[in-house]
Amino acid sequence: MSNMLEVADLGHTYGDYEAIGGLTFTVRAGELVCVVGPSGCGKSTLLRTISGLIAPSRGDVSLNGSHLAVVFQDYSRSLFPWLSVQGNVEFPLRSLPRAERRARAAEALEWVGLGAAAKKRPWQLSGGMQQRVAIARALAYRPALLLMDEPFASVDAQTRFELEDLLLRVRREHDTTVLVVTHDIDESVYLGDRILVLSGSPAKLVADLEVPLPAERDQVTTRTDEAFVALRSKVARLLNVGGKPTMDVDKWAAAERESLSETVSS
Amino acid sequence: MNKFLQRWTVFAGLVVVWQLLGMFAEDPFFPPPSDIVTAAWEWWVLEPRNVTEHILPSIGRLLSGWAIASVIGVALGLLLGRSDRAMEYAGPLLVFLRSIPPPALVPVFLLLFKTGTPMQLATIIFGVIWPVLLNSVDGARSVDVTKVDTSAVFQIPRYQWVLGVVLPAASPKIFAGLRVSLSLSLVLMVISELVGTDNGIGSQLIQAQREFDYTRMWAGIVLLGVLGYGLNTVLLAVERRALAWQPRSRDEQHA
Amino acid sequence: MFGELVTQLTSPAFISHVVATVLAVLIAIAIAIAIAVPSGLVLGSVPAVRQATRAVIEFLRPIPSVALIPLALVMLGFGPETKITLAVYAALWPILFNTIYALDELDPLLVETSRVFGTGRVGVLFRVALPSALPFVLTGIRLAATTALIVMVSVELMAGSQIGLGYFIMEARSGPGRMDQVLVGTVVAGAIGVLLNNGLERVRRRWVAW
Ligand SMILES: Nc1ncnc2c1ncn2[C@@H]1O[C@H](COP(=O)(O)OP(=O)(O)O)[C@@H](O)[C@H]1O
Ligand SMILES: [Mg+2]
Repeated sequence: MSNMLEVADLGHTYGDYEAIGGLTFTVRAGELVCVVGPSGCGKSTLLRTISGLIAPSRGDVSLNGSHLAVVFQDYSRSLFPWLSVQGNVEFPLRSLPRAERRARAAEALEWVGLGAAAKKRPWQLSGGMQQRVAIARALAYRPALLLMDEPFASVDAQTRFELEDLLLRVRREHDTTVLVVTHDIDESVYLGDRILVLSGSPAKLVADLEVPLPAERDQVTTRTDEAFVALRSKVARLLNVGGKPTMDVDKWAAAERESLSETVSS
Repeated sequence: MNKFLQRWTVFAGLVVVWQLLGMFAEDPFFPPPSDIVTAAWEWWVLEPRNVTEHILPSIGRLLSGWAIASVIGVALGLLLGRSDRAMEYAGPLLVFLRSIPPPALVPVFLLLFKTGTPMQLATIIFGVIWPVLLNSVDGARSVDVTKVDTSAVFQIPRYQWVLGVVLPAASPKIFAGLRVSLSLSLVLMVISELVGTDNGIGSQLIQAQREFDYTRMWAGIVLLGVLGYGLNTVLLAVERRALAWQPRSRDEQHA
Repeated sequence: MFGELVTQLTSPAFISHVVATVLAVLIAIAIAIAIAVPSGLVLGSVPAVRQATRAVIEFLRPIPSVALIPLALVMLGFGPETKITLAVYAALWPILFNTIYALDELDPLLVETSRVFGTGRVGVLFRVALPSALPFVLTGIRLAATTALIVMVSVELMAGSQIGLGYFIMEARSGPGRMDQVLVGTVVAGAIGVLLNNGLERVRRRWVAW
């Protein structure tokens, strides 16, 4: 399998503040990799250097393809209120002939289940639907790599589960290579084929873990799977290596399970 | 119906009082409204020469001056707004130029262009460009980081960045500037005509004053009021259509 | 031109022109505030009055103040009354509308809170509405100052007085046609504009510290 993204000794400093220090990893074609780390550890900075929004202070990023797409956390700002939903999805396709642009946008909206909302304004949709528009826009662009920066951090729990499953479905159907950045340990285990665990300030790679779960995932059964719980605990422990008071991972996991069954049954 | 009464009673009352006072007091400066309306009708509507020689040239100068100022103001404003470096250099100069009272420039332009349309256009353009320019700068700066990043990630062409992102994002501010500069255009049109031409509505005001024809003078004032009201109404309608995409309320935005 | 600027700035005649204009502007602003702020408070807090006067205001507002110059000249003559009256007319509107707008924006919770503590209608107006409207009112006054200066110079240009910066500029043009003097007058007028604007902005920042 070929590598879609190769990151070598990537580092970035803002002024004299070192945000990320020397990261090296690869993302293989068709893989979904989650980067997990505490808030403020430099995840967005990493993503911005990979996407070329900022030039890294050192190191190399090489992408096996011409372009990538990004889905940002703040969907209400990343969508353009003066364009319709359709117009937003067509936004990156200006160089294509009109008919093809139309077709590709319509198709991508179907993938995320928003075919009926094409004519609406993004602000007329709920938060979860807006984020689906952003995902459709990224998919319509046919990127070599789809980057997502805490894509589901601003929606409620129920919607988050739906969006997670949507992401898993579309990337399987369209064979998209995805790199998701998140501070949510559960999310990283649930979504990922692989997890990159970052320590805080400056961000350093602590672990590169394969996720031993079947490709097919389910919000209820996967999250109670022993492999899932074990891996989550492992990541949580890794994230506390800085010497901060360790939280009681098992108690936390139990509480999570309870709240999960509540949301699912409601 | 009740609302209608509430709205117009005071207005109608004032007009009636003025009418009665005007008829009985016969103050030459305050002719009764009926005379003013009659004079306005006869002078401005029934006299084709006044329409072609005074009203149309006035409106033409006003609109072309405003349009030129708007185009330059928006283009320059977007450019400056997206470049911190340019704004650092130009900012203080803009602040100074803006605060020159535009009428003070009339003599400057009179000396440069002599009387006539070039002087008037120069006055209007120089006077009204600032609200558009400064609001465009503000608007262009208001493009939020996420939209800038989104545009960069998708590598959109430059024209799409300017016309499809910066311009629409700045448009609410730009329209606010356009409204201010439109009413200022009317003011400057009148001033430049009072000072330096023999055609136009403003010159007719002076003409009427010289002939002690105060009724006709009032007719001119009323015409200018109607013109100001009409232009503003049209611009507001255009603005409502152009900005129809704006979220109507905060609740709807995050529904 | 810079030589001329220095010459004029040390000439008592020029200084008196500047003082005349600035003084007239300040008087006009003071009168406009005295009329527009109380009117704005009434219009903003008594919907019936506002509704009743709406048509009148909508009719008067679009009349450009400079259109009244010829009329005011024959009625009031060539003294300072003319230019001050016209400047007041022009300066009224921004202050009036900003005051009304401020009352519209008034937080109902603030009003209810003070009503709960037994403050009467008038008490609310002076102790709650006026202070929270102040920033908007001051913004209106700043806009009004610029407008007043514009009208003042216009009237002076129209020979609506025997003294003032506009008069100086017009004399310099129509008499000897001295471009340098015209420019000096224009630049000084701009400087007055900057000072008025910045001064009022500073006042706003100092008073409205919250
Ligand atoms: N433009 C910037 N200038 C200076 N410091 C920044 C900038 N952007 C982010 N930082 C700092 O870099 C660190 C990492 O930020 P970020 O990458 O946004 O973290 P994360 O996305 O993991 O929450 C934070 O401490 C943040 O304050
Ligand atoms: Mg982040």
